[in-house]
Amino acid sequence: MADQKDRVGGAAGRANLPEIYQALSAEELAEALRKMRLIRAFEEGAEQAYMRGLIHGTMHLSIGQEASAVGACIPLSDADYITSTHRGHGHCIAKGADVKRMFAEFFGKTDGYCRGRGGSMHIADVAKGNLGANGIVGGGLPIAVGAALSIKKRKGNEVAMCFFGDGANNEGAFHEALNMAAIWKLPVVFVCENNRYGMSTSVERSTAVEHIADRAAAYRMPGVTVEGNVFREIATASREAVDRARAGEGPTLIESRTYRWRGHSKSDRNRYRTKEEIEDWRENRDPIALFEDDLKRHGLIDDGAIAEIAASVEREIAEAIDFASASPAPSTDNLTKYVYTEA
Amino acid sequence: MDAQVREITYSQAIREALALALERDPSVYLMGEDIGVYGGAFQVTGDLVERFGEDRVMDMPISELAGAGVSVGAALTGMKPVFEFQFSDFATLAMEQIVNQAAKLRYMLGGAVSVPLVMRFPAGSGTGAAAQHSQSLEAWFAHVPGLKVVQPSTPYDAKGLLLAAIEDPDPVMIFEHKLLYKTKGRVPEGYYTVPLDKAEIVRTGEHASVVATSIMVHKALAAAERLAGEGIDLEVIDLRSLRPIDRDTIIRSASKTGRVMSVYEGVKTLGIGTEISAIIAESEAFDLLDAPIIRLGAAETPVPYNPDLERASVPQEEDIVEAARKLVKGLV
Repeated sequence: MADQKDRVGGAAGRANLPEIYQALSAEELAEALRKMRLIRAFEEGAEQAYMRGLIHGTMHLSIGQEASAVGACIPLSDADYITSTHRGHGHCIAKGADVKRMFAEFFGKTDGYCRGRGGSMHIADVAKGNLGANGIVGGGLPIAVGAALSIKKRKGNEVAMCFFGDGANNEGAFHEALNMAAIWKLPVVFVCENNRYGMSTSVERSTAVEHIADRAAAYRMPGVTVEGNVFREIATASREAVDRARAGEGPTLIESRTYRWRGHSKSDRNRYRTKEEIEDWRENRDPIALFEDDLKRHGLIDDGAIAEIAASVEREIAEAIDFASASPAPSTDNLTKYVYTEA
Repeated sequence: MDAQVREITYSQAIREALALALERDPSVYLMGEDIGVYGGAFQVTGDLVERFGEDRVMDMPISELAGAGVSVGAALTGMKPVFEFQFSDFATLAMEQIVNQAAKLRYMLGGAVSVPLVMRFPAGSGTGAAAQHSQSLEAWFAHVPGLKVVQPSTPYDAKGLLLAAIEDPDPVMIFEHKLLYKTKGRVPEGYYTVPLDKAEIVRTGEHASVVATSIMVHKALAAAERLAGEGIDLEVIDLRSLRPIDRDTIIRSASKTGRVMSVYEGVKTLGIGTEISAIIAESEAFDLLDAPIIRLGAAETPVPYNPDLERASVPQEEDIVEAARKLVKGLV
């Protein structure tokens, strides 16, 4: 990577880069790509483990949405909070979670983030500011506003970022939460990942406005629609919204347009969309391919470095699955542990 | 406790607890509808906004779901919110956040978080406000592992249970009967707590045990006074806590008297009295029973408006008297 750093390090070279690439170091950009690939590999690994019967229950995969999670989280530190959704593996990894403990949770083991009590739909990583995925559509919206209220009350500089899907934008919780965040000018960034379908119901059939971001106007906050599969777009929008929140200027609604390649959950037979539509997104708007091409075009990475990232991700996933398989299962003697705080 | 003991009302006792908590702990704040300058729909928060400011005593929009959820989020991140529902009935708008989030987050996250949240619910009938402002829904909440549920019947307990709830690391739901707000009782001035998991025997007696909750404790005590004249000696237990429920006190009293009645304002079927009957039936007290257990709960109807109908829909002192006579028949 040394020669690359030199190349982009030159004043003239950097000045020609898109603003968001100037704001991030080559290492940070490579790390963003690594996280996107890690999310993809994690979910593919989880899917295979599910097929092999190692994972109980169901899961909601975000394959195809990786840039949205990583781009949105790029301006956040561990001290900032996120709330996530049932499709939350990407957010969790983007916020810095260890895939070892994630796999352990999927396998229902004691080393899992939730000690085997939560599973895919409740993964949280509180030390990194991830207050948790949520099984209820819209459940995390008011919780994120509450985290932002805490920040404001202790006069902190952190922000709370709230991920939710297009389905949640028709829940009462969305409207109540946006209104409260606006009247109290709280440091929240609402990130609506519009992947076009709430389970099987398209946004066109469910939502009265064309752009979900238009709903921001009702709560007197900025609303912006971006291509969530283009890292640069979502990262730029997120950085602006986070800066605004940190400056005490209140919440922003970002609509990140994206697409899930897989079905809603493991029971989905994809009867509400065409194969051609799915193919089009996979072939032409794969967020990882788009990001790699863009980084290469700007001389920020080369094929050798990408191959290194791919190999390291593969190793990390294999080690994580081994770790999770070896982790002990919880004892049924501890069934009711953690219902209440132990005295 | 050498603090001065005075007679104050139930609502003054709650306000005093809130003020003490706000003074002691900067992470405590109050949120609710019209709890600021209005002083709360039942004048419980009163002048607290003038004493502690709008940042500590926060009015909120009429958004029960988000209000509850904001409280959950704040509790997860270092604050201790005390959330007031204007009427307990309005909690139906916020059940998602209470039941799916507040109650379960600690468990779902494997103990990585706690949710030190207190919610106050003005509950019960007797105000002529009809079916959507008069319910007693506490048993719903008591059915949810992860929540704690208490029902203070006196100003002393209203203050002590509230302070204990605010100290507690888990979500505590406090059901306050609206008709109790103006009742008076002896309350020490200073800080004290009442345990969240203990019933209290408020009258000892030999012939039968009456396990009552909230305002029914007072009706049961009045009934016991009347029956004392007939030679019937009732033991009255103020249950105080629905979750966790104090099994030992119930079983011990049932074993002693061999006759049990429960009195509660929630709907009779599948209510707290049902649980009390089951606790006794499953315990060693079952063999010591001398009569079938009696439950007195609300009628199987929404709470009506007409005052006679409203009165008839929930147990009254005379209902307890009549039921107690039946319970001890042949004994006295």
